[in-house]
Amino acid sequence: MSSTVLPRATEAKKETEKPHVYRRHERLSGRVIGARSLLYAVLVVLAIIYIFPFVISIATSFKTEADAALDPLGLVPKTITTAAYQKLFLNSDFPVWFKNSAVVTIAVTLGRVFFDSLAGYALSRLHFRGRNVMFAGLVAVMAVPGVVLLIPKFLVINQLGIFDSYGGMILPLLTDAAGIFIMKNFFESIPVSVEEQARIDGAGTFRVFWSVVLPMARPALVTITILSFQGSWNELAHFIISTQSPGLTTLTKGLAGLAAGGLGQATQYPLKLAAAALMTIPVALVFFIFQKKIMNSSDGAVKE
Amino acid sequence: MTTTLRLPPPSRVRHGAGIRKGEAASGWLFTAPMLILLGVFLVIPVLMALWVSVSDWSGRGSPFSSGVGFVGAKNFAAVLTGGGLAESDFGMALKNNAWYVVFVVPLQTALALFLAVLVNRQILKGRGFFRTAFYFPSVTSSVAITVLWLFLFNSTGAVNKLLSFVGAKGPNWFNDPDGIFHFGVQTGPAFLENNTALGVPWWDWIGGPSVAMSALVLLAVFTTSGTFMLLFVAALQNLSGEVTEAAMMDGASGWQRFWRVTLPQLRPTLFTVLTLGLIGCWQVFDQIYTGTQGGPAKTTLTPAYLSYTAGFKSQEWGQAAAIAFILFVIIVFFTLVQRWVLAERKVSKRRMRLYSVPLADRVEAPAPTPEDRKVDR
Repeated sequence: MSSTVLPRATEAKKETEKPHVYRRHERLSGRVIGARSLLYAVLVVLAIIYIFPFVISIATSFKTEADAALDPLGLVPKTITTAAYQKLFLNSDFPVWFKNSAVVTIAVTLGRVFFDSLAGYALSRLHFRGRNVMFAGLVAVMAVPGVVLLIPKFLVINQLGIFDSYGGMILPLLTDAAGIFIMKNFFESIPVSVEEQARIDGAGTFRVFWSVVLPMARPALVTITILSFQGSWNELAHFIISTQSPGLTTLTKGLAGLAAGGLGQATQYPLKLAAAALMTIPVALVFFIFQKKIMNSSDGAVKE
Repeated sequence: MTTTLRLPPPSRVRHGAGIRKGEAASGWLFTAPMLILLGVFLVIPVLMALWVSVSDWSGRGSPFSSGVGFVGAKNFAAVLTGGGLAESDFGMALKNNAWYVVFVVPLQTALALFLAVLVNRQILKGRGFFRTAFYFPSVTSSVAITVLWLFLFNSTGAVNKLLSFVGAKGPNWFNDPDGIFHFGVQTGPAFLENNTALGVPWWDWIGGPSVAMSALVLLAVFTTSGTFMLLFVAALQNLSGEVTEAAMMDGASGWQRFWRVTLPQLRPTLFTVLTLGLIGCWQVFDQIYTGTQGGPAKTTLTPAYLSYTAGFKSQEWGQAAAIAFILFVIIVFFTLVQRWVLAERKVSKRRMRLYSVPLADRVEAPAPTPEDRKVDR
């Protein structure tokens, strides 16, 4: 264990050392200081523009209806009220939406992690006839834009009799070509020799996959987990075409209905923004927990 | 750990039948879930939609039942040349989405690159904070952000309030169907009003995105710039510092270094970002469904949303499937065009000689004269 911690510690040291070197330069040149202040000024203004909408939506969710309309910029509510949240939890379908989103997201994420890694392993390591054709097909499938498939998917879901059921919501999302691609690329980076030892010891293919290779693929599995969690939690279009009854409405579909004027006459901004803020919490949590990972995961995406 | 993994000498590891028996069977077994899922929910849907797009299925019963007839290209014709509402709706959708692409793709790419360059400064403190701030809108759901946008951009909302501080009167964003290039002029010259393409007057085609669509343009730029910023940051970090240093030694200014040295090296990432941006823009759906439902005056209608309403609202399933296929063709077409435009051209012999000179010297070399350039092309 200690050996894995050590390099990081030295890295951190290096990072703290760097600014000191630059600071010495700073004193030398006024122009550098000017340029740097400008850089920070621009960045701070931009950061405010990016963050402000979220701050204001949370503030507004605690306002009264009238206050929200009169003072749309105010960051402090005149009278703090949790009326919007009470209404959401006690007098609306919000809990049902939340439950549906959670069920679908968990099922889809588990399914994708398992099926994507199975297929990715086969495509990267197992030798069988048809593998190359299969891979070419996968690449072609990845190129099909999702929105184009809305109507076609509905036709099949309807034909199979799984329209308006958890089956219709979950099954079509259970695997994704991009995830298989990521897993395949990762498995290819693991040395073959590791598996061959296990094979010589007499382990079967699934055993080698499950107990030897999969534990080594943790970074890729985390990536798939994050991507499928975000993807299925934020998914809207698929649930529009696969469900109908209020009992199967997800958060995205429910809130979209609210936005289109589903609940009553007034603008109801506090209510809508409260719902938007609540549905953002799970993805925000995942984002902040795996922040480092997410920020670096794009590395692999570009290198190719 | 390492002691148990002592490997046999390479000569003994053979890809013989001994340790690889039954691999074909497991290969198919391992890929079976993927094949079934992608087959049933991707390949079959496309084939089924292909049939529906040339049939008169009304949405009741199975499209394969005996009552459903083959109508040839009738659905495609209704959308492309019908002269009716179907055609003008499709024309509007195409016009709206084309303007959306024209504005969003360059803006999001430029902003993402700008943010990446700023955030990538070695001297910058709090890089993590700024990256998080710019990336966060990308992880939140498009529905939640659209709701937020509806609030910010309502007629008495936060944006208009901000505008009023500087003395400007903001428009009634999501309820304003005026094209931004019409500058408030309601009717155009007769020849622009009377000539139509896809059932939409030329006057409307050249009007630019409506004010409502412009708010959606800003929304798209806000949510996607963070993702693409990360792609650019990753690419910037992979660049070798040597070339930039050499340019610095030769006295190139920061501006010159960016345009002549950094940007050309980012070319592959630029391809990726432009292509992903283009594909994404032609698929805009969630924001329309949540925010405007195509209004006001159909100026935020897009092909993706029109395909949905044609099927689910108007029960014109044949047309809905036809629109989906046309949209697919559009996306493929523009992706190919973009590839062709941005592709690395074959390098002429003359330029080849330039490349063989060490790069550090090249920056010093005088810029090519106009004659040189002519030959190069």
